[in-house]
Amino acid sequence: MEILEEKKNKNIGYKPILEGIPDWPVYQLSKNRKEFLEEVTQKSIEQIRLLRPSRKQLIDELETTVFREQNRLKRNRWRVDPKDEPRFWTRIKNELIELSNKSPEESGKKEEEILHEIVHRYANEIAGNFKPTSYRFAREAIKFWFGRLLNGARVKKFGAIFRSQYALRDKIHIVGKVKMLRKLAKKGTVVMVPTHFSNLDSILIGWVIHSLGLPAFLYGAGLNLFNIGIFAYFMNSLGAYKVDRRKKNLPYLETLKMYSNLALQKGAHSLFFPGGTRSRSGLIEKQLKLGLLSTTIEAQRNLYLGDNSEKTRKIFVVPVTLNYHFVLEAPDLIEDYLQVKGQDRYFPEQDNYGSFQLIKFMFKFFTKGSSISVSIGPGLDVMGNYVDDEGNSLDANNKILEPREYFMTNGVVTIDKQREGEYTRMLATRIVSEYHRINRIFASHLVAFIAFEMWLKKHPKLDLFGFLRLPEEDLEIPYEEFKAEFKKVRKEIYRLKEEGKVYHATHLKGDLDLVIKRGIDNVGIFHLKRPLLKNRKGNIVTQDLNVLYYYHNRLVGYDLEKLI
Amino acid sequence: MTLRSSSDKPVGVIGAGNFGSVIANILARNRKVLLYARDEKVVERILEKRENRGHKMHKNVLPTGDMEYLASQCDIIFPIVPSEHFRNMMKKLSPYLHPYHILIHGTKGFDIKLPKGETIESVNTLSRNEVKTMSEVICEESVVVRVGCLAGPNLSKELSQRQPGATVVASHFNEVIQVGKRLLRNDRFQVYGNNDLVGVEIAGVLKNIIAIASGALNGLGYGENAKGLLISRGAVEMVYLGRALGGNTKAFLGVAGIGDLVTTCNSPMSRNFTVGYRLAKGEKLKHILEDMQEVAEGVNTIRIVKKCADHYKVRPLITDTLYKVLFEGMTVQDALDYLMRYPLNVDIDFI
Repeated sequence: MEILEEKKNKNIGYKPILEGIPDWPVYQLSKNRKEFLEEVTQKSIEQIRLLRPSRKQLIDELETTVFREQNRLKRNRWRVDPKDEPRFWTRIKNELIELSNKSPEESGKKEEEILHEIVHRYANEIAGNFKPTSYRFAREAIKFWFGRLLNGARVKKFGAIFRSQYALRDKIHIVGKVKMLRKLAKKGTVVMVPTHFSNLDSILIGWVIHSLGLPAFLYGAGLNLFNIGIFAYFMNSLGAYKVDRRKKNLPYLETLKMYSNLALQKGAHSLFFPGGTRSRSGLIEKQLKLGLLSTTIEAQRNLYLGDNSEKTRKIFVVPVTLNYHFVLEAPDLIEDYLQVKGQDRYFPEQDNYGSFQLIKFMFKFFTKGSSISVSIGPGLDVMGNYVDDEGNSLDANNKILEPREYFMTNGVVTIDKQREGEYTRMLATRIVSEYHRINRIFASHLVAFIAFEMWLKKHPKLDLFGFLRLPEEDLEIPYEEFKAEFKKVRKEIYRLKEEGKVYHATHLKGDLDLVIKRGIDNVGIFHLKRPLLKNRKGNIVTQDLNVLYYYHNRLVGYDLEKLI
Repeated sequence: MTLRSSSDKPVGVIGAGNFGSVIANILARNRKVLLYARDEKVVERILEKRENRGHKMHKNVLPTGDMEYLASQCDIIFPIVPSEHFRNMMKKLSPYLHPYHILIHGTKGFDIKLPKGETIESVNTLSRNEVKTMSEVICEESVVVRVGCLAGPNLSKELSQRQPGATVVASHFNEVIQVGKRLLRNDRFQVYGNNDLVGVEIAGVLKNIIAIASGALNGLGYGENAKGLLISRGAVEMVYLGRALGGNTKAFLGVAGIGDLVTTCNSPMSRNFTVGYRLAKGEKLKHILEDMQEVAEGVNTIRIVKKCADHYKVRPLITDTLYKVLFEGMTVQDALDYLMRYPLNVDIDFI
């Protein structure tokens, strides 16, 4: 399958920036887990009391929470949910009923006790449990087995499985501001915000962090991942904390945010997917979830508030894009997307891929050559300004500025939630534009984009859904026509790269026929129905228009469709 | 919030034009004011005679020609300079600005950045990539993020006579709105807040188009029925254009929308109104503009907005027709006949 060998990868491996695991902030957190969780609980309660100051408001909020939780238990239970949940919520409900019959004098501070109990439960549920031993084990296991697979598959001789000629890093290309990331991780606290296309992202990014020599990050991972045994094992050992998107009640959201906020203040490098969920459409995220993102701004403000010196610890936001030829879940994701397009409703989490499918995929991945690249973006401060290698924030003219001043009114740092809400929105916009800039275009993305747009142009009267319903057998593009378009669009991509608006993989360069072949061979390589193929006449055909649409979407937002 | 340090720092005003001087005077009732004037002579004249552009300057207003000094002394600055100079002014001011500064501008107009080798006449369409509001210019040119704008029925002459009036301070930040209210409000001047910054800015710009039409109706000798028709249809057109350019409907129904529109359409003194009036009397645009000392913003606005409307595929009837009158030689009478015969009869369809 490999046609052009990627340029020899220069990633020679990086030395860890902190020597021993005991120095890692994430380890410090888990060592003092109990105290930390108590702090999270206390501060979350303070925050909730601020938002719901009166007794009545609080009781209303608690009743809503219980109602929603019981609803969730009825409608949408998961394997990971603790067994004692129904009993817990029934008891809380009864206590609340009892409470509402009593006057404030009789009940004392009962409602606060209930709140404490709920928040404490949530805090425990969210918190990760980083254990150095299992971290080391998981890390070695990933490295060892992946390495074996790789060598066994590549060098076709018996015994090759015991060699270590190829390493994982030959398959996964890490490009971009690696050195800067390593420096920033020493200077301050790093918040990594990757794009999210596949469940595999979580493990992949864990490996990336390790291989860059960075200490383990505090991970925000969707609780749904923990339904899958193999993921649950790795995620737990990597120290992931759990984000349950079914729970939208105020106590839960405040606890989750406080957990991330306090961990950041304590200097734990963190990672979460700001899109909130895998991109259903295959588009690069346009709208980010603001909840967890806002904790970076609040944590930075609190650090400024508590420390008047020049040396306040800074938080750096580092956008990362993950680029695949192939996304395992693509057919299901795009199905979801098309079903609900235009209606704003909740996606039911379906994970049709258990441990077995994943291992099978991994094996194919290593044997059949479909590389992945990870682009590390430049560091930003929490306001979205670029920073230099020393961590200084820069304005548009590369002049150093002091981000503390964004939080100042009349010469002092102040707390203003509304202002910080706006700042969060601004940061989200910056991250999205940075994603588009550091995105790395693969040949497979480009062939999918061009084929789809060409077919779409041939049916100008159909809307998207009408178009997608066309029988696949009727669609065929003569190869020469396709090649001409490809040449035109590739040229435009070169131009965009010159302007610093996007990147492309090195394999995009070179002989047109080879690049196109590489693209077609790799796009959605392991799907049962291939999104693009060449037929016997050498023309371009598709077996699955929906999935083609998914891969096409990766390049939406660069105005490339105007060329076709 | 500490009031201690906020009350002894002066407030800055940049631009000692008509409106700038009036705003400086209003601010001076509550605080010390530093007023920046580009022209040294203006600074001296204000110092000596306490007078500028026919306004008697308040004793709290201190004129200066030094931008760096102004930026170092003031946390809150009101830039009030014509839109065609705004970007250059920001470029000069920018090196002295910090993220703690709050800027509330009082300029009604668009900034356009044309592709190389193009002129406003030669480009076919304009999009929001080329057309910016003043708050966007501030954010592009400086590190300041806490930005707001002033808009509303604010005729300088009436404000300086202390007649009752109101303005809108628009900003994404409640903090900025509060600051604006605290500084500007007095017993004769009401201040409203609005979070739709872009909507309010656009409303203030678009109303100049309708003002030209209002002058034209007046020049043809028509009365109040015609004006009522124009203002209400004009407001609808502003809503549509405003939405296409990134504002919300609400801003156009408020003080900065309808309020400003009614005032401008009824003030024969304004430059935009005069352009329309003289066009209706049969004069040529070129001739009228040669006669006027300052540019009527509305003429440029019509050109920009027409090209934006083409890009975003909206059909603003009044603007399009005025464009034909101004640049394609249609007479005002023909334009009116065309509009009166236009078969569109839905009153309101945007709420």
